[in-house]
Amino acid sequence: MAKMNLLQAVNNALDIAMAQNSKVICFGEDVGGFGGVFRATSHLQEKYGRDRCFNTPLVEQGIIGFANGLASQGSVPVAEIQFADYIFPAFDQIVNEAAKFRYRSGNLFDVGGLTIRTPYGGGIAGGHYHSQSPEAYFAQTPGLKVVVPRNPHQAKGLLLASIRDPNPVIFFEPKRIYRASVGEVPEEDYELPLSSAEVVKEGSDITLLAWGAQMEYLDMADQLAEKDGISCELIDLRTIVPWDIETVVASVKKTGRLLITHEAPVTGGFAGEISATIQERCFLHLESPIARVAGMDTPYPLALEKEYIPDHLKIYEAIKRSIHF
Amino acid sequence: MKTGTKDRVVHKLNFIRGDELQIPTYKVLKQDGSPYKGATLPDLEQSTALRIYKAMVRTRVLDERMLAAQRQGRLSFYMQSTGEEATTVGFAAALDDEDMIMAQYREQGALVYRGFTLDEFMNQLFSNERDYGKGRQMPIHYGSSKLHYMTISSPLATQIPQATGYAYGQKLAGEGKCTVTVFGEGAASEGDFHAALNMASVLKVPVIFLCRNNGYAISTPSNEQFAADGIAPRALGYGMHTIRVDGNDTLAVYAATVEARRIAVEQNEPVLIESMSYRLAAHSSSDDPSGYRSKKEEEAWASKDPLLRMKQWLFLQKWWTEEEDSKLFDAERREVLATLKEAEKRPICKLDELITDVYDTPPTLLVEQLDQLKAHIRLYPDAYPKTSGDLDHG
Repeated sequence: MAKMNLLQAVNNALDIAMAQNSKVICFGEDVGGFGGVFRATSHLQEKYGRDRCFNTPLVEQGIIGFANGLASQGSVPVAEIQFADYIFPAFDQIVNEAAKFRYRSGNLFDVGGLTIRTPYGGGIAGGHYHSQSPEAYFAQTPGLKVVVPRNPHQAKGLLLASIRDPNPVIFFEPKRIYRASVGEVPEEDYELPLSSAEVVKEGSDITLLAWGAQMEYLDMADQLAEKDGISCELIDLRTIVPWDIETVVASVKKTGRLLITHEAPVTGGFAGEISATIQERCFLHLESPIARVAGMDTPYPLALEKEYIPDHLKIYEAIKRSIHF
Repeated sequence: MKTGTKDRVVHKLNFIRGDELQIPTYKVLKQDGSPYKGATLPDLEQSTALRIYKAMVRTRVLDERMLAAQRQGRLSFYMQSTGEEATTVGFAAALDDEDMIMAQYREQGALVYRGFTLDEFMNQLFSNERDYGKGRQMPIHYGSSKLHYMTISSPLATQIPQATGYAYGQKLAGEGKCTVTVFGEGAASEGDFHAALNMASVLKVPVIFLCRNNGYAISTPSNEQFAADGIAPRALGYGMHTIRVDGNDTLAVYAATVEARRIAVEQNEPVLIESMSYRLAAHSSSDDPSGYRSKKEEEAWASKDPLLRMKQWLFLQKWWTEEEDSKLFDAERREVLATLKEAEKRPICKLDELITDVYDTPPTLLVEQLDQLKAHIRLYPDAYPKTSGDLDHG
C-alpha cells in the first residue's frame, strides 16, 4: 500500500496500464512533456516515449475523432479532455460515433478500447466553464459507460477497469478533491468492477446515494444525522450507466427511503432517472418521496458558488424532511 | 457543373509542397524605435500615438499589480497579457471605436484603449455587485456593450464563427462597421476557427481575424500545435487576404489593421492578421511555465519589449520624455492600487441575481428553488456569510 492523492492514483493507473499493454496510448492538450495541467499524466512521456504519450493540437472534436479511429484500429486510447466543460465540441464524436460504432456496424467494428478521462465538478471558484458536471448528457446515450470515482483507491481500480473494458468509457474525475482526497492505495495492478455500486456504510433508516466528489458531502451529512439518531445507508453509485439497480433497490427495500445528490442541475439530472426506476420497483416499500439534492437550474455561478452547491447542510435538511415526512 | 476550382491544366505530375509558401513578417520599427529603411510607416497623429502608448502602459501596470494581488490571495485568478500589448492595443487603435471586438481572454489592452475604466476592470475582477457580469464568471471575463466589446467566454474559439455572423449582420445593416475577433494560435486548431474562415469567405463578410501567435497554448509550444508556416497561410486556403506582422511592433500592427479594416469594410472581404509575439507571463495565475520552457528563452523575448520600442519611437518623434514616462508609470501604479482597494471592499451581488438572466424572466420552478435556498440560508446564516445578512431586499 502507498499513500496517494486522487491525481497520483490516476497517474499510477495510467502507468500500470501503459506498462502492461503497449497498445495503451495517452494524449490530449498539454498531457505530453508537461504531464497535463493537473499533472495526471506526469512522467508518462519520459517512460513510454512520445509515440505513446503526447500533446495534441487544441481541438477536442479532433482528439475524440482521432481516438475513435485509433480504437477502431485496435489500439487502446486514453484521451484527456482538459475540463469536462470543454467536452462539447467532441459531443458528435462521442454521441454519434463512439456510442454507435459497434451497433451500426453489426459488431464488424468497435471502439471498445476508448477511454475518455476528464476532470469535472465545481467548488474551485471555476465559474461556468470550469465547474460543470455533464454526466447526464452522456447517460442518455446508449453505448457509453460513464464512471466517476470518489477517492484514490477507487480511482485507480475503476480507471484500470475502464481502460480494459471492451466498451467506450467516459471517466469523470472529481477535480475538487484531486489533491485533497488522500488514502491508501495498493501498489499492484487491480480493477474494481464497473456497473457495480458500493454500499460504503450500512444503515437502516434512509439510503443516501451519490457519486464522485459529492460522496464527501454525503459523509458529512451522515455524521450530522447520526447525532440525531438517524441511521443512514451510504451508497456510491460509481458507474452512472449502466447503473447497478439491484444494489440500490435492495437498500431502499430495507430502509424505505432514498435521497440522491449530484452537483449537476436537478432538472434532467441523473437523480431523476434513478428516482423513476426506484419508485417503479420499490413503490410499496417507500415511506417518503424520493429526495433529490442537486444543483439549481442555472449555469454554475462564481460569487454565489457556496450558496449554489448542494452541500452537506442541504443534504442533512433533506434527510430530516424525509425521515419526518 | 463547375467544381468551384480555378482550373489550370498541366500534364506533368507535380505536387505543391506543404512548405513551398513562406509568408514574410511585416515590421516597421527596430527595437531602438527607429524605422527600418524604406518601411511603410502608418500615418499616426501625436494624440493617437500617445493614447496608444498610455493604454499599453496602463495594461502593463494593471497586469503587474493584479498578478501581485492574486499572489496575496486578494483575488482568485488572473491572466496577464505582458509582452503582447503592441498587438492588443495596436489593433484596437486602428478601428472605429464602434467596430465590434470579440476577443479571447488576453486582450485587456483593447479594452483599456477603448476607455474601460480601472474601476470597471476591478469590479469584474473582484466579482462585486458592480460587475456587469454580476459576479458569475471568473476574473478577466470582461464585457462592455457600450464599448462594443463582447463578454468573454472561456471555451476557446467559440467567438470566431460568432464574429463572422456578427459581421454579416453589420454588412446587411450597411453602417460601414466591421468585427474583429482575436484568438491565439492554439485556439486556431479548433474546428470553430476553420468554420468561421470558410463562412466569412463564402458569405463575403467584413470580419478581421486577428491571431495572436504567442508561441504557447498553456504548455504546448506552437511546433506541437501545427506543422505548417504558422496560421497566416490558412487564410489563403479559404481564399482571403492575409498578412503576418511583428506583434511587438505597435506601428506594424496598427498599419496592418488600418488596411485590413479598409479591405473588410470597403470590399466586404474578410482578412486574417497573424501577429507574432510571445506570452512573457504564465498562461494564468494557475500556471508555472518553468515546467515547459527556459528562462533564457523568456529573457530573449523580454528584450523585445513592445513598450520600450514604442517609447523609443515616441522619443525620436519628440512627443514624449523620460520624465513624463516615469511620472506616468507612478501615477498608473497609484491609481490601480487605489481603485483595487475600493473594489475589493464592495459586497457581491444579491442572492436574487442567482436566477436572473438564465431566461429573460425566471421560470416558476427556478423561483421556487430560490425561495427554498433562502429558507435554507435562514436556517444556517453562518454557513453562507456573504448572503445571509441581506436576503430580504427589494
